[in-house]
Amino acid sequence: MSILDITVNGTQFRREIAESRTLAQFLRVDLGLTGTKIGCEEAECGICSVWVDGTPVDSCVYPAFKAQGRRVTTIEGLANGEALHPLQQSFIDHGAVQCGFCTPGLLMTSAALIEEQPDPTDDDIKHALKDTFCRCTGYTSVIQAIKSAAREKRGLPPLTVNEPEVDEPMHVVSRSVPPQDVIEKVTGQAQYTDDYTFPGMLYARTLRSPLPHARVIRIDTDQVKALPGVRAVLTHQDVPGENLHGLVYRDWPVLCGDRVRYVGDAVAIVAADTQEIADTALRLIHVEYEPLGVVADPEYAHSPDAPVLHPNHPTGNLLKHIKVRHGDIEQGFAQADVIVEHEYRTPTTEHAFLEPECAIGVPKGYDDHEKLTVYVGSQIPYQDRNQLALAMNIPDTEIRVIGTLIGGGFGGKEDIAGQIHVAMLATVTGLPVKMLYSRQESLIFHPKRHATIIRIKTGATRDGKLTAVEATLYGDGGAYASLSDKVMTRATTHATGPYNVPNAKIDCYAMYTNNVPSGAFRGFGVTQSAFAVEQNMDMIAEALGMDALELRRINAQTVGVTTATGQLLRESVGLLETIDDVRRDMLDSSGQEFQWAWRDGHKAYGWGIACAYKNTGLGGGAPDKSEAEVEAFEDGTLEVRTAAADMGQGIAHVVAQCAAEEMHVPYGRVRVLLCDTDRTPNGGPTTASRQTFMTGNAARLAAAALRDAITQSAAEMLDIPPHSIRYEEGLLRSEDTRQPLELGQVVGWMKQHGLSARARHEYHAPKTQPLGTGGDMHFAFSYATQAALVEVDTETGEVACLKVLSSTDIGRAINPLMLQGQIEGGIVMAMGNCLTEAFIIENGVPWSRLLSRYKMPSIKHAPEIVSRLVEHRAAEGPYGAKGVGEIPSINTTPAICNAIYNAVGVRVFAIPVDQDALLLAIKRGEHAIRRAWQHV
Amino acid sequence: MKLWEHYHTPATTDEALGLLRQYAGRARVIAGGTDLLVDARAAVTDPGKAAAFQPHEALIDITRIPEMTHIAETDDAIVIGAGVTHTQIVKSALIKRYAACLVESCGVVGGPQVRNVATLGGNVAHALPAGDGTTSLVALDAEAEISQGGVRRWVPILDLFVGTGKSLVDSTQDMLIGFRFRKTAPDQATAFSRIMRPQGVALPILGCAVWMHVNGEGTHCAAARICIAPVAPTPKRAHEVEAAISGQPLGEALIETAIQAADQSLAPRTSKYRATAEYRDEMMAVLLRRTITACMNRLSAV
Repeated sequence: MSILDITVNGTQFRREIAESRTLAQFLRVDLGLTGTKIGCEEAECGICSVWVDGTPVDSCVYPAFKAQGRRVTTIEGLANGEALHPLQQSFIDHGAVQCGFCTPGLLMTSAALIEEQPDPTDDDIKHALKDTFCRCTGYTSVIQAIKSAAREKRGLPPLTVNEPEVDEPMHVVSRSVPPQDVIEKVTGQAQYTDDYTFPGMLYARTLRSPLPHARVIRIDTDQVKALPGVRAVLTHQDVPGENLHGLVYRDWPVLCGDRVRYVGDAVAIVAADTQEIADTALRLIHVEYEPLGVVADPEYAHSPDAPVLHPNHPTGNLLKHIKVRHGDIEQGFAQADVIVEHEYRTPTTEHAFLEPECAIGVPKGYDDHEKLTVYVGSQIPYQDRNQLALAMNIPDTEIRVIGTLIGGGFGGKEDIAGQIHVAMLATVTGLPVKMLYSRQESLIFHPKRHATIIRIKTGATRDGKLTAVEATLYGDGGAYASLSDKVMTRATTHATGPYNVPNAKIDCYAMYTNNVPSGAFRGFGVTQSAFAVEQNMDMIAEALGMDALELRRINAQTVGVTTATGQLLRESVGLLETIDDVRRDMLDSSGQEFQWAWRDGHKAYGWGIACAYKNTGLGGGAPDKSEAEVEAFEDGTLEVRTAAADMGQGIAHVVAQCAAEEMHVPYGRVRVLLCDTDRTPNGGPTTASRQTFMTGNAARLAAAALRDAITQSAAEMLDIPPHSIRYEEGLLRSEDTRQPLELGQVVGWMKQHGLSARARHEYHAPKTQPLGTGGDMHFAFSYATQAALVEVDTETGEVACLKVLSSTDIGRAINPLMLQGQIEGGIVMAMGNCLTEAFIIENGVPWSRLLSRYKMPSIKHAPEIVSRLVEHRAAEGPYGAKGVGEIPSINTTPAICNAIYNAVGVRVFAIPVDQDALLLAIKRGEHAIRRAWQHV
Repeated sequence: MKLWEHYHTPATTDEALGLLRQYAGRARVIAGGTDLLVDARAAVTDPGKAAAFQPHEALIDITRIPEMTHIAETDDAIVIGAGVTHTQIVKSALIKRYAACLVESCGVVGGPQVRNVATLGGNVAHALPAGDGTTSLVALDAEAEISQGGVRRWVPILDLFVGTGKSLVDSTQDMLIGFRFRKTAPDQATAFSRIMRPQGVALPILGCAVWMHVNGEGTHCAAARICIAPVAPTPKRAHEVEAAISGQPLGEALIETAIQAADQSLAPRTSKYRATAEYRDEMMAVLLRRTITACMNRLSAV
């Protein structure tokens, strides 16, 4: 311990702290300034950026004592009192804040930039922010916000907000209102799980398997129990209930007892007085393993000599065989004049949400906690509660799950992480217990996007009509089922692409392996199949000498088409319009005569296009429902309550807008309470692009019911007919009275008369059918077309995606600006899938266990994005809306690959694109690359 | 897991050396820490090795030692303290004027947060075969001042590299004090360029720094120093390439000569997740073309 003298945000501090503290720890733990976030502790992500003597540094790798005597500025010190810094306001105005976890880092880095360069160019911004990551926004809005704020600082008017055009905006719906909690997010006040502390709180850590497959012979915890400061050490024997969890199949041990199945499997957990003691404690637990044969890839997993991971699973390592049968496949190919058949490979990829997993367990009876309570930023709070109940062997109703703000999820926060572990430790110790994963732990632990092998054969007639698609997919499900069944089902059912394909035979094998489990990830399997489908489409077009857009137009799904799963599309199929939008923008962008490809010196340029569709909602026969509650108060405000997790993409503002619309109150009068299983009804999982549709509807209908109740009361109050009452900006008007009533007045009257100004609605989605039974497998689909412009450096093979033109049919944009941000973010994430990302596992051992070994796109990779919306209303959707979460992340990869082919004549069959292989293919005059970066 | 126990910020070199002696090999020098602490983080989070990890007992921060954090010029040389940050170098008009390649190589390292703390000395002490700053220092024919066994001395920069990741300067007892190199004269120019990939670790696939001196008429290359890295476990000069272009008239043919000489004399290897040997061969040609062209342009602009 030593004395640190330091000035933080203008205040001098003198603190005695451990010399081993980093600046980020000092700020967060010792000063309680939790606005500074920790994302990686590797100087990679930049979100921990603070200023030391005015220059930004990564506080997570900056020793606190290095700042001895210095002036430190954090996000909490950026605003001038109550007045936001122009950048903070600009980030809000331009929609540059989604989950908000990276926002403090982006703001601190960009504020330093505009201090130094008052008029930064796009390149200046990209240079300055190249190591400050955002996983949600796609950076387009960030660049715009910085330029706008810089102008304001120079005394110029701000830049116009780049809002998309929408049809028929309503009172609040289809208006770009600011998202919920956005002020808190730009000022560093927003609280994510790790920002919560409780008096007496303990710190927990997990001992994880270093081996991909092994028998556990012995776990010896004697030594650790003697370590001062250790409060609990628990193993599989201490799980009070069933030692298994899992969202679809319960096959994942809470703590492994007899066997570990991947590097990262949890074996023991400890709780201690400090994080450091917990760290030390892990090293005193001795586990004896007997290594077993490693199943490292899904094809080997299927072979008879592969060791079986889950002996109780009836089909061995085959988790599930998924089949689509439609028409007569042989006849389909017999009718074809051209047939294209290829094999494609996609790697395991990582969500890289910037907030690593964190959970806090608080025991029953502690403080005002009446139940065992778990604070967590999870995508599925009610299912967490249920999984907790089974493992803790207590009823669901004895557990409370409180959802905190979530620093990004993208599908990676659906499975159980530390929730059960902290509940066990809190129960045993009688104290609150926090378990925060390091970035490195997060990387090895949580389920990823499936690596897939896709063999696909496409047939078409001379005039471009698709006749048949036959495909075989292998999905690497990893050690536990997670959502593999559902994800690979989606990969299979969407393997025809968004086209009218009369004959299809698709088989998918979801396999258990000793790799990190695979589960949900934005796109949910469709990202993988689209990579194959859309390149085959371009090859068909080339073989027929047909324009690639025209081929897609000819085959595009429309109302009246029956999908390969036997679903007749009856409404809201906007694919053709999206194709036409992109065609128009592509033609417009070229200035002169449009060319698919051209050269300029050693740079080759090419456009490529791809289409996509994605279901909204769970579908496949799963009952899909969501519940929301709306309450009105005497001050004229409303509160919407629902347990629908907001990963940052904004279900909170969507439900607020729906309620404001129905009640015709200003948006600013609506509060939202999300994800408290004791106070908010179940909104269901935030997955499958379902929340706007499902919980949007629940909120809309709850608000409508509340409005009806209030109308009744107002009618009684004033003794006028209910139908004469109109709602207007928080007032109730009627031609039968002169004075309008304030909404709050009616609520007051209701209270006096013992009436509740509160309504709930449980919304049930239209019924769907399981795969294989025909009928409606899904209740809505969103559609998209994208064109990508790439630049290939023919000297180096380097590929840059310069521009993406996108058009997306989402039914209705509830919040156009935020929805556009979601699309931009999805596009950049999908660009990463194509160009930068692969989670490498070597014979079961993750190589990508550091963020420095897993590159997501940075701002310097961000393309210019032009995004248009098509709004083919979905009759059942709230105001016609359908899902948007995943659709933008599906076709960017094949669009870029098609563009690369058009630019240099080389077809990419494995991603991420390897510049090395691409250059050598160009040099050798070869037309295909099958080696991706991870195979160098 | 803590990565170190004690942290010292000595104000003089002697004080720093005293602390190193006092800890008798259990302390080590830290500058910006962006390599050192990230390496420690990588070790402590490796599931296979975490159990054996030991924190550094003490870190001796040299970035408050005035002589190590200054850029200075003498009549014919530039002197850069080992604790000078990449940002200081990028912003230095002096270095821009007299060693453009060093500005170029330091400017591409990390983002501003890293460049604001990461030092040139740290880059060199890390002893990677292709540290960006190192590559340029080699082309500048720099010398390094070190303190070893109680003696301060200047050594040629290349003598610092005794193996991949292994420096002559044992940072548990020795110190790297600074660097010096001759100013590039008006008839001399330098340039640096590198090839990266957007995946995997942020190490260059290949980097190349060139120092070129032209004859009195400005028509021929009188002498050159070239460093292409990585082509060996430690950085080295491309002597065959330098010899091949010395005396050659400036122009396209000189570049072709350089590329040919590099092809014949240098054999970069395949490294996993970074590049194949064949690709690196191609990149040697690209980088030589880019850097030599930049030098020739700079010379003709004078």
